[in-house]
Amino acid sequence: MIENLFFMDGYGQYVWSAFSFTLVSFLTLFLVVKAQYNREKNKFITKFGSLNSERAAFAKSQSINKEILSNTSSI
Amino acid sequence: MFKYFEPNKIFSITSKAPKYVLFLFIVILSIGLTEALILSPEDYKQSHSVRIMYVHVPAAWISLGIFSFITFLSLVGYIFKLRNFFLIAKSLAPSGLVFNIIALVTGSIWGKPTWGTWWAWDARITSMLILALFYLMYVVAWRIFENDDKVFKVTSIVSILGIINVPIIKYSVDWWNTLHQPASINILSKSSIDVSMLFPLLIMTAAFALFSLLIFLMKYNTELIKIKNKGLDRL
Repeated sequence: MIENLFFMDGYGQYVWSAFSFTLVSFLTLFLVVKAQYNREKNKFITKFGSLNSERAAFAKSQSINKEILSNTSSI
Repeated sequence: MFKYFEPNKIFSITSKAPKYVLFLFIVILSIGLTEALILSPEDYKQSHSVRIMYVHVPAAWISLGIFSFITFLSLVGYIFKLRNFFLIAKSLAPSGLVFNIIALVTGSIWGKPTWGTWWAWDARITSMLILALFYLMYVVAWRIFENDDKVFKVTSIVSILGIINVPIIKYSVDWWNTLHQPASINILSKSSIDVSMLFPLLIMTAAFALFSLLIFLMKYNTELIKIKNKGLDRL
């Protein structure tokens, strides 16, 4: 059965390469977008850390900024 | 109604949703792969090569769906001056482009054992390639133009021009003699595909749709943080 699943009567090379290409594309896109997300989030945290207390308090008054700073917004 | 789409309001949802969508995607994909590679029967004519359909067809459907949605968002965004609609459209484009490439590559792999060639300038394949070029132009336009008004205008034009190609893709198999078979699945009439093949196809479509939702959410959150980064610079 395992052999049949692998070779598929000679079509295995086509079927497995199509599925592999799809899954590798998924993984690549996921990792690229995740890296972009982490880069922007780290940039935000660094910038936020460099604000003085008055500006930080003002920025923190916006709920979206609080969400970004919290860990719940990561995957 | 549009106020519900304001980034400040929906970020609390979009920032938490990806982990749940990822979990659901992995579960549905696992079921889909088991069905597509093991449980579904082989075709009486195409044998096991028919299994490529389970990645090729959903990828093509979703890339067409995403492009249509991008056009709708661009049009509405341009008419009502809704910046957030452009942001949503921009966040959808990467997964649409990748699905388009997957449809082309897996179609090419399917073509070799079925038609004896990796590539043919068949109407359906050529129109899908043109769609990939429109996706590419759309994505590149966002990278080239920095001025908001200009990028909104250019991306709207690209999507409107590109949408003309979508019905051509859909009806190319009816209008011209192509290597592709006519549609096996019809919403309005009886489908010619057997339920044993339809079920894995729909499961894989659901998995692919969840993946595009996941990428959209991650990309959209990235775009919102980018805007907030610029906001911090101005403080």
